[in-house]
Amino acid sequence: MQIAFYLSGLVAILATLRVVTGTHPVHALLYLIVSLIAVAMVFFALGAPFAGALEIIVYAGAIMVLFVFVVMMLNLGESAVEQERAWLQPKAWVGPAVLTAVLLIVMIVTLVSGDYSGTISGETLTAKMVGISLFGPYLVIVELAAMLLLAALVAASHLGRSDAHDEADLARDRQRELSEQAQASARPARETPIDASQDTRSTQEGKA
Amino acid sequence: MSWWTPQVEATLIAMVQAVVILLVVVISGALLSMVERRLLALWQDRYGPNRVGPFGLLQIAADMIKIFFKEDWIPPFADRTFFVLAPAIAMASLLLSFMVIPITPNWGVADLNIGILFFFAMAGINVYAVLFAGWASGNKYALLGALRASAQTLSYEVFMGLAVMGIVAMTGSFNMRDIVNAQENVWFIVPQFFGFCTFIIAGIAVTHRHPFDQPEAEQELADGYHIEYSGMKWGMFFVGEYIGIVLMSALLVTLFFGGWHGPLLPPIVWFLLKTIFFVILFVLLRAALPRPRYDKVMNFGWKVCLPLTLVNLLITGAMILLIDPAT
Repeated sequence: MQIAFYLSGLVAILATLRVVTGTHPVHALLYLIVSLIAVAMVFFALGAPFAGALEIIVYAGAIMVLFVFVVMMLNLGESAVEQERAWLQPKAWVGPAVLTAVLLIVMIVTLVSGDYSGTISGETLTAKMVGISLFGPYLVIVELAAMLLLAALVAASHLGRSDAHDEADLARDRQRELSEQAQASARPARETPIDASQDTRSTQEGKA
Repeated sequence: MSWWTPQVEATLIAMVQAVVILLVVVISGALLSMVERRLLALWQDRYGPNRVGPFGLLQIAADMIKIFFKEDWIPPFADRTFFVLAPAIAMASLLLSFMVIPITPNWGVADLNIGILFFFAMAGINVYAVLFAGWASGNKYALLGALRASAQTLSYEVFMGLAVMGIVAMTGSFNMRDIVNAQENVWFIVPQFFGFCTFIIAGIAVTHRHPFDQPEAEQELADGYHIEYSGMKWGMFFVGEYIGIVLMSALLVTLFFGGWHGPLLPPIVWFLLKTIFFVILFVLLRAALPRPRYDKVMNFGWKVCLPLTLVNLLITGAMILLIDPAT
């Protein structure tokens, strides 16, 4: 189990590095998928198969699909690669890198000095135990998350609602058309210049 | 022979079992192309391929020779990495799912305690095959097919998972062997009838079979995501689809039709008979049903099947609490 943990951890770190340094958006996403699967493997090695399976189903299987979906729709070409390369200048990443290095030092110091006694292959957490703790001590958080998701769902379905919106637009267009017709018939004197301009346009189109 | 310990023997037996299951699945997946054409022909009142070998049985050999020796062409405008990766994902993710299916009390590759979740994880990975294939081909039709496929698969996977959760709640385990053992007296199709209806619909949609084959709709998209593929790479998509049918049939048998349970005949025969029944049902659906419009398919998934599975899960939970409040 230790070997599996360290190997998949290494894969996760390398893949995530390639996500950051890669210049091709879709290739970077592929590395991100690999990274998520490696994190799922870390969960398996730590004895949390339920969390590992959900990591693949939810993150790799659903959320990343939407990412890939959107990036593919954008149809990014060579210009995107150039842009990404330009963004990878040292002045862009030095600041965050220094700050993360501080965090890394803090973590290493804590690990070395503290009395850390956990082992990698602990007891296996079953789905039942996860469920009991989710709907026991953490019930309020679960309910709040559910409310948040419900709000997102309502908002998305409101934004995606097309029929009523289209009908209102059509009605407004029809009204504008009617009022324009009424205006045009109210002023017959203007008819001749409009006709003339239409004639010239049609002849130009004919030439083109 | 000091190294011949019981442990080594058990490992060897497990490996042989795994290889046999793999070979049987791949070969039956390939053979299905011939079987499907013969069955479709039977139902449509024509002969189908009956020239090569007895009853056209060797048609598959002819097809395989053709597929293997075709020029394996990668278009110059394609993204090579993804173009090669996509068919591998298509076949590998489905083959890996067979790992969790218990065939008889003694046969089966892995006895995972997350069982059915492993299948959902692999089904989630399988989406990338179509998505990558469509994008890497650098072709409009392929991209359109890939977009349809990913939207359809994501929508249908949501309630495919929910459809099975009723069974998981009744069994109290994700493990496939526990699920089969819980069906010794009553198959889960009886208490979970709506779960079965939605699961079979989602299963057809996830394998992109008729009537949910909008991703490859020949008439509109000229074959969708694998339009640029040729030779064995296309063959892997093709065989992968049939492996998907076998997988869904085996899952339906395991989850809803009692797996290997049945009177008189040995377990392996029961499992194979039930699986073959569902494979034939898949082919019959293709012969019988027209293809609905794409937006109708999405509406049906979200507005009919998803609420149905939620209500089914709610009622199942209420019944479990009513009958046995202690657990």
